[in-house]
Amino acid sequence: MQDKVAVSSSDRLPHFVSDAPFEPGKPAPMSAALEQYYTASSFKMMWWRFSRHKIAVVSGALLLAAYIAILFVEMIAPYALDRRNTDFIYAPPQGIHLFHDGSLVGPFVYPLTYRLDMETLKREYTPDTSKPQPIRMLCLGDKYDFWGLIPGSFHLLCPPKDGTMFLFGTDRLGRDMASRLIYGARISLTIGLVGITVSFILGITIGGIAGFFGGWVDNVIQRVIEILRSLPELPLWLALSAALPANWSPILIYFGITVILGLLEWPGLARAVRSKLLSLRQEDYAVASRLMGAKPPHIIGRHLLPNFMSHLIASATLAIPAMILGETALSFLGLGLRAPVTSWGVLLSEAQNIEAIALYPWLLIPMIPVIMTTLAFNFLGDGLRDAADPYN
Amino acid sequence: MVQYLIKRLLTMAMTLVIISVLVFIIIKLPPGDYLTTYIEELKAQGENVDQSRIDFLRKRYGLDLPGWQQYLNWATGLLRGDLGWSFEYDQPVSQVVGETLFLTIILKLATVLFIYAVAFPIGVYSATHQYSWSDHGLTFLGFLGIAVPNFLFALALLYAANVWFGTSIGGLMEPRYIDQPWSWGKTLSVLEHLWAPVLVIGITGTAGMIRRLRANLLDELQKQYVTTARAKGLSERRLLLRYPMRVALNPFIADVGSLLPQLVSGAVIVSVVMSLPTSGPLLLSALQSQDTYLAGSFLMFLATLTVVGMFISDVALALLDPRIRLE
Repeated sequence: MQDKVAVSSSDRLPHFVSDAPFEPGKPAPMSAALEQYYTASSFKMMWWRFSRHKIAVVSGALLLAAYIAILFVEMIAPYALDRRNTDFIYAPPQGIHLFHDGSLVGPFVYPLTYRLDMETLKREYTPDTSKPQPIRMLCLGDKYDFWGLIPGSFHLLCPPKDGTMFLFGTDRLGRDMASRLIYGARISLTIGLVGITVSFILGITIGGIAGFFGGWVDNVIQRVIEILRSLPELPLWLALSAALPANWSPILIYFGITVILGLLEWPGLARAVRSKLLSLRQEDYAVASRLMGAKPPHIIGRHLLPNFMSHLIASATLAIPAMILGETALSFLGLGLRAPVTSWGVLLSEAQNIEAIALYPWLLIPMIPVIMTTLAFNFLGDGLRDAADPYN
Repeated sequence: MVQYLIKRLLTMAMTLVIISVLVFIIIKLPPGDYLTTYIEELKAQGENVDQSRIDFLRKRYGLDLPGWQQYLNWATGLLRGDLGWSFEYDQPVSQVVGETLFLTIILKLATVLFIYAVAFPIGVYSATHQYSWSDHGLTFLGFLGIAVPNFLFALALLYAANVWFGTSIGGLMEPRYIDQPWSWGKTLSVLEHLWAPVLVIGITGTAGMIRRLRANLLDELQKQYVTTARAKGLSERRLLLRYPMRVALNPFIADVGSLLPQLVSGAVIVSVVMSLPTSGPLLLSALQSQDTYLAGSFLMFLATLTVVGMFISDVALALLDPRIRLE
């Protein structure tokens, strides 16, 4: 166009003229990154936001690894759950060493020699540093039934031949604490998940009913929630678990405890659901759906729930540690899970009196996974909560 | 305001009635009653069970009555200040619990005061020094405080005291004062022993309170009125204390409601671990032996403490914050 106009006089300075069509109405082109940002799905945006929270990502990865690991507990634990080493009662932790006499031997332990102090009647174990015993890896050891079904004897790590490997010491029956800790993870980690499922279902249903119908239904539910929230949790948990019949099988007790934990945890979730629903049901799309004759369950499930699911998942993640701690506290007091079942709380109940702890401090080791799991869930929940609302 | 108070009092009474029904149902949930457990115990020891004596006891304790009548007897007794009869100790509950109720209240009050005294300066400091090293450190400590269950903290503290100082920090007074009338020496002894359980029970609440105060204060500090005040040349100190602080203080009062149940829960288990003469150990054994009225009156006492605390916090909040509508 402009450049097609003939240049008549030669004293004109040469200058650049774009030959692209002039269209002021068209939006400015976007860079690839920007385009990706604007067309990203909400899930993708949540992921971006979440991945900025480094501690939350690490915590999430750790938890994921832990939950995968509890599938293979039997193989990871060096000893079988009920293996009693009667010669090694209350043995202290054995460290793993790599170098013996300045040369690399690979991972090994020093054998323990046992001596009973005849004056104090205290068991004394001293490592014999002259004979390193290499640890076996990918080996056959104690027999077990994988998930109680398939018999096997394959382990990732085994104690040395004719030797012992108590990484976290042993308890009053000479059982390996490390193995019991690993087995305990299966119970302790899942109890939070089952419990949160119970309270999640209760919370969504009850909160959904309150928020959607409003009026007197809402009023009644609000009062119930207030009352439940004003009750101290632990005494009620205690009272309820004292009500579990003593002759129930461990599995039934396990489910009973999770239901009890879930029963008192739902009010918080129900409250969140209710307040979100109250604001969302005024939105145009919800009104439109109602005017078109959709039934309440359809509107709640199809249009409203997806809108605040991410929030719910975040708050559920923050509620899981409370359940894990609840189980630990109940079992610690002897009102939760009982002896044949092994959870971190059951393990800790052996460390109840100060005498035991002062003599055998390694009985307190199950504290470490409890604290780490709780911390990890807190960080993960924090990250999820920040990521839940990507448009903010 | 008067109308609000009356309404609030009525709801509180209703709540307490409902709680008492709930508590009674929960306590009655285990199959059988105290006497069936008692008979089992006698049988296990190989002793004869005298049926007429059992029948007499059953009648005397009112265990032959239908459930609702037992409840009414208990509830009306509570209103008169009669806590019922403890089967296990064969004494009125009020005798059995003795000073434990008083010590429980003392412990709780001390813990709330501790939480306020510690959370306030730390929360303000973290908010005004956001993202500094000290803020990060305090935040991490706060997370740790939330994640470490307080009974484990109690165990760790007991262990540390035993190993490093060779002393026991359990108990709430020196052994020689137990079951003694109150005296100056006993009071001092209680005060000396109070710090450990208060620290243990209060740590979770403190951590939560610091997080909330920090978040609230940070929200306020970003608002325009703060910028305006700064532009007008107000000193930083005056700027902070004059307006944003007042708004950020709300959680201190409002959160008492959620703080109290948490404290009660914590106190129950911590007192078992640290062998404190408060409600925890007694409640636990009463629940295990189905000592209905002892356990019930205890739970009721704990719930009342919480509900009354919430009432006070609601009224205080309504008085202090004009934005709260009273309808």
